[in-house]
Amino acid sequence: MTDVSRAAHASVSRRQWLLDPSPGSRRQAAWGNAYRRWLQFRANTLAMIGLVTVVLLIAAAIFAPLLATHDPSAIALENRLAPPSAAHWLGTDDLGRDLYSRILYGAQVTLGMVVAVVVLVAPVGLVIGVVAGYVGGWLDTLLMRVTDVFMAFPKLVLALAFVAALQPGVTSAVIAIALTAWPPLARLARAETLTIRESDFINAVRVTGASKGRIIMRHVMPLCVPSIIVRIALDISGIILTAAGLGFLGMGAQPPMPEWGTMIATTSGFILSQWWVPTIPGVAILLASLAFNLLGDGLRDVLDPRQE
Amino acid sequence: MSLMDAMLRRPGRGPGGGADGAPSGRRGLALASRGKSIASTLLTVLATLFGLALLTFVIGRTMPIDPVLAIVGDRASPEVEAAIREELGLDRSVLVQFGIYLRDLLQGDLGRSVMTGDPVMQDILRFFPASMELATTAMVIALALGVPLGMLAAAHQNSIFDNVLRVIGLLGYSIPVFVLALICLLVFYAKLGIAPGTGSQGIIYQGMVPPRTGMITVDAALDGQWGAFRDALSYLAMPAILLAFITLSMIVRMTRAFMLEALSGEYIVTARAKGLSQARILWRHGLGNIAGRLLTVLAVIYASLLEGTVLTETVFSRPGLGLYLTRSLMNADMNAVLGATLVIGIVYVTLNLLADLGQRALDPRARGRA
Repeated sequence: MTDVSRAAHASVSRRQWLLDPSPGSRRQAAWGNAYRRWLQFRANTLAMIGLVTVVLLIAAAIFAPLLATHDPSAIALENRLAPPSAAHWLGTDDLGRDLYSRILYGAQVTLGMVVAVVVLVAPVGLVIGVVAGYVGGWLDTLLMRVTDVFMAFPKLVLALAFVAALQPGVTSAVIAIALTAWPPLARLARAETLTIRESDFINAVRVTGASKGRIIMRHVMPLCVPSIIVRIALDISGIILTAAGLGFLGMGAQPPMPEWGTMIATTSGFILSQWWVPTIPGVAILLASLAFNLLGDGLRDVLDPRQE
Repeated sequence: MSLMDAMLRRPGRGPGGGADGAPSGRRGLALASRGKSIASTLLTVLATLFGLALLTFVIGRTMPIDPVLAIVGDRASPEVEAAIREELGLDRSVLVQFGIYLRDLLQGDLGRSVMTGDPVMQDILRFFPASMELATTAMVIALALGVPLGMLAAAHQNSIFDNVLRVIGLLGYSIPVFVLALICLLVFYAKLGIAPGTGSQGIIYQGMVPPRTGMITVDAALDGQWGAFRDALSYLAMPAILLAFITLSMIVRMTRAFMLEALSGEYIVTARAKGLSQARILWRHGLGNIAGRLLTVLAVIYASLLEGTVLTETVFSRPGLGLYLTRSLMNADMNAVLGATLVIGIVYVTLNLLADLGQRALDPRARGRA
């Protein structure tokens, strides 16, 4: 047998192993499920476009120092508001800084904020929602009233009020966005918990004498994770838009930091003369937000088809 | 609250329902106590309003700027400082301060704006109608287009039309409203010259229309100044269409999802078997069944429009609550910021309550919902 056909044979058998309708082990079943979901996801062109764009964005953020052609904060007033050229691929801003390099570093800021918000919000929303749903009673009522209060404001408005009380800046913006982002997650986790709580297998676990804590941690929470992931993926574009909106209103990242919303704010006066200067960061925001929306839609179809 | 939370609020459906989301199966039981469930809804609203006040109070107290220093400056004598501190009630316990805050709120007193020198309430009453004018116009445009488009998309599921709408909708979700506003200014004002620029009135009409409602188009019409009316309308058109576009995607998506569910019902099969026309099935049987749920969604959408007016008014320099809010932010005018925030919150809670009551009226299935 040649090497090529052996490799082909191996990949066929791996595929067979993954798609085996009666898996021999837990591990095989888990991998098989994941593989089937991937096949389903891959068939969704729009979702794949989203995934590829997100991966490119992450790569742009990580490798910004390598990909950038200029120092993003190097001011060159003699060359301000230059149109795109070979030297400056996307032109320069009002201080002569290279826009292409600033957009790349801007991806670092935006994705950094997204990661920070998700890391803060996902565990908090999940735990509060599951505990409220499983324990019930006055604790549930209290926690849900709290989410009601937070959800009674448009996100940007509440975030603005929080940032105004703190200090404008990236950290405050992250905290403010996180404070507005956890309640919907908690509501979702609670809703999931309410259905899971009544199911037979949870009753079975309860009969075996498992503690409340164990049931919540080992049995309820893992089942809530897929819908939370889908929800977060769909929320990310909202986080990006809120962060950009805060930056645009001067309440997010502060100049000279190359945040996309801030970049638009400082150059919006040039929209009628050098339109590309504020438009280019706008396109960056649109692409990032659109990519996460497409990815989230695709993930929802695969992980949580009920949430149309 | 976002789109999906609203979508989770399905009448008579299990988890994630209304405020208390009674698990499915208890519907019949809850149906018997309709009066009680309205009472409990009102109670929830009161609790939420109390929470709103508490939240804005807490935000106001966490700010790093000393409110006394902000008023007297750092060169005032200690006596003056102490007097102001006492006047603001800052020398008393936090609980007493919150009590005073609540009492003032109930009397409609939101404090004084440092920026305008007027009571915040008076400022808000002056600016809010203009934002409502913008948001309502956008809402009407979005509804008039969005509901029929969503219904058509559902009727022709997965057709080219459906997919094109989906992509346009995704764009609407993904584009920042201030970027779209800038691009519209560039294209329609600077390049094509078919739209007026920023502001809400042309120079010649400024100060000509006596303010009555605070909505310039309405005031001009009431005063019979049709030239001023056309002028104000031309300034209103671009921001309103822009906001409508952002909202349109939500309405289309929601209508489509609700309609798809409605169209799978057996009564639709019956209607088809009876030989009813497609239009009659969609408009009479389909829309009739989803109207109640759409109504609750409208409250959410209106809130997102208020959010949109903050950014739109800032870009277009249209006087309104949004511009007032951002100007106050830039001036660190906390009374004004928190007052505007609180008012937006109260408007949203009230809208939700009205939508909830409206849904009860339109959709018998929703009446059991706690």
